[in-house]
Amino acid sequence: MYKIVKKEVLNRDVILLEVEAPYVSARCEAGQFVIVRMGEDGERIPLTIADFDREKNTVTLVIQMVGYSTKLMGKLEEGDYFDDCVGPLGQPAPLNEKWNRVVGIAGGLGAAPLYPQLRKLAEMGVKVDVIIGGRSAEYVIFADKFKEFCDNVYIMTDDGSLGGKGFGVDKLKELVANGEKYDHAIAIGPLIMMKFVVLATKEMNLPTAVSLNPIMIDGTGMCGGCRVTVGGETKFACVDGPDFDGFEVDFDECIKRQSFFKEEEHECMMKIGE
Amino acid sequence: MPNMSMTKVPMPQQEPDVRNKNFEEVATGYTKEMAMEEATRCLNCKHKPCVSGCPVNVPIPEFIEAVAAGDFDKAYEVITSENALPAICGRVCPQENQCEGKCVRGIKGESVSIGRLERFVADYHMAQGIKTTPDIEKNGIKVAVVGSGPAGITCAGELAKKGYDVTIFEALHKAGGVLSYGIPEFRLPKSLVAKELENVTDLGVTIETNVVVGRSITVDELFEKGYQAVFLGTGAGLPNFLRIPGENLLGVYSANEFLTRVNLMKGYKKGEAPTPVKVGKNVAVVGAGNVAMDAARTAKRLGAENVYIVYRRSEDEIPARAEEVEHAKEEGVIFKLLNNPSKILGEDGWVKGIEVVKQQLGEPDASGRRRPEPIEGSNYIIDVETVVIAIGQSPNPLIRQTTEGLETQKWGGIIVDEETGESTRKNVYAGGDAVTGAATVILAMGAGKKAAKAIDDSFKND
Repeated sequence: MYKIVKKEVLNRDVILLEVEAPYVSARCEAGQFVIVRMGEDGERIPLTIADFDREKNTVTLVIQMVGYSTKLMGKLEEGDYFDDCVGPLGQPAPLNEKWNRVVGIAGGLGAAPLYPQLRKLAEMGVKVDVIIGGRSAEYVIFADKFKEFCDNVYIMTDDGSLGGKGFGVDKLKELVANGEKYDHAIAIGPLIMMKFVVLATKEMNLPTAVSLNPIMIDGTGMCGGCRVTVGGETKFACVDGPDFDGFEVDFDECIKRQSFFKEEEHECMMKIGE
Repeated sequence: MPNMSMTKVPMPQQEPDVRNKNFEEVATGYTKEMAMEEATRCLNCKHKPCVSGCPVNVPIPEFIEAVAAGDFDKAYEVITSENALPAICGRVCPQENQCEGKCVRGIKGESVSIGRLERFVADYHMAQGIKTTPDIEKNGIKVAVVGSGPAGITCAGELAKKGYDVTIFEALHKAGGVLSYGIPEFRLPKSLVAKELENVTDLGVTIETNVVVGRSITVDELFEKGYQAVFLGTGAGLPNFLRIPGENLLGVYSANEFLTRVNLMKGYKKGEAPTPVKVGKNVAVVGAGNVAMDAARTAKRLGAENVYIVYRRSEDEIPARAEEVEHAKEEGVIFKLLNNPSKILGEDGWVKGIEVVKQQLGEPDASGRRRPEPIEGSNYIIDVETVVIAIGQSPNPLIRQTTEGLETQKWGGIIVDEETGESTRKNVYAGGDAVTGAATVILAMGAGKKAAKAIDDSFKND
């Protein structure tokens, strides 16, 4: 059993849980993920690690309550338990201390997994900026946390309720047009957002890593459900990723594969009256 | 005077048309009377050819003699002196290639049904609910076992009996390995797997789930934590794909994914368990091993109307247990033999068919089986919405990538000393599919047992 020691409601869709998971916290690195589960026949839900504390033996998970299981997880309170929390899974993000200046682009929930990557880079002496995008002010998360080590924290909202109006990628284009120089980008967010960031960064010739979170079961390479085409080759996001060279990822296939169980998901949601 | 009936006492089972719509066990098992009758068919041969066919050396004639005499407790004792998982082996062993394949009665007529008798004895014992926890003198030596499948639990059980302090590390949330995630409920009820696992934990073995060795902890760290030997029974977890166009279309599963959704995640309880599984009206399962049969019969039970086994070789080369093939046919699975898939066709990202090329058999290949060769221009399309790829699995690379000095074959199998199971790393042993590539439950158990003995010997000689 894995105890929840802290819960924060970040907005109406997103919660943060700090969970006791000694095996994970002892070894995890930025970019890796865990799989959590609750209940007798509960689904295995992969979540990218947003933070960890090796002394307190905890990891921090940020959960968007969009599906049946994640909505159930939303009901967990401090002192409650996950039945299972396994990890760290996947490869650590390929961060390079030789990079001079990196820009992170986060879409919605993506700010959470981006956070430990940029923090690690800052610790390695790399200069980092971040662009955080959200539907509206309420959905912009982690902005204060990034301020601790980012030289610039830019915020963009679809409706302009906070920061600039528009998408994160618009801000990136503007910065680069104004002469800002980056030698690497990391984009984490919804597939469609990462697809458009990569379309833009390709034109800028700015190498871009993306983090994928496809449908998977075991997270150890066993099911192959998380197949993704990268550079024309089939990779398993769980063991080869979850971070990949964005220029090589077939996003349209990823988007399609994400919809495999839409019907079943809908039936499941009906049970909790959604 | 032995019972000279040429045929086995038939196994009671659910009718094909009933069972292909439920997940209850197909074969319901012998009654006492049936078991005793079948047991009298054994000639009690002096040279015991059956035992030589058993990877774990169960004293077969002795246990059968006890069954014939109605002493089922003794029969259980005899079996479990060598085999820790009789309820499982009685159900899933390929007996026709092992003990029963060597049975003298099989020369003329059918062999003695050793598997069914083993199953009866184990089930009888379980039903009595008797628990015997042996008095074990602990020796204080810590051994780590990685993986809780057949190899791991056998190795752990054997070592625990000898007094070792054994911890099994399991990556999934549930123990049992392939017995839990792979083999379906209708062939191996999970309640029974749970009971066999309980027998192992009753010996004092600790099972820690949710630990991925190679990620959560490394083999080196296990030694640092005071484990003095490590057994790797990590199985063949990496699914092979065909590498043909269309494999990433929606509706294509690896057999691992398909079966794990249904078995481990309880996808067969539609509307109850949240992990979904989707099958079309028409399903093609590629391959003809036990896993392929399991997938095909599972698809049928999930409501598919037409389920095809697509296999590039012929009936004679089918690697699955004879009984599984027979059951699949009875349940309405259609065999498309000498058909090799060349392409999976899609529409709007979803599977709509599989293109196959008819084959003919040529000269024997490296495996000794006649090589299938394509018949030019014979390709045609089978309309399906779901494709399950069941063409084998490879060992998972996580441990070899993180364990220095652990040498593996090119295809990933861990290299071990055949006699002891010791790898190229001192005090690291391995067995089962992680060494051999995908094989059988009983071979994995045999390897686990062998390694347990070698580990024990190594400490005794120190």
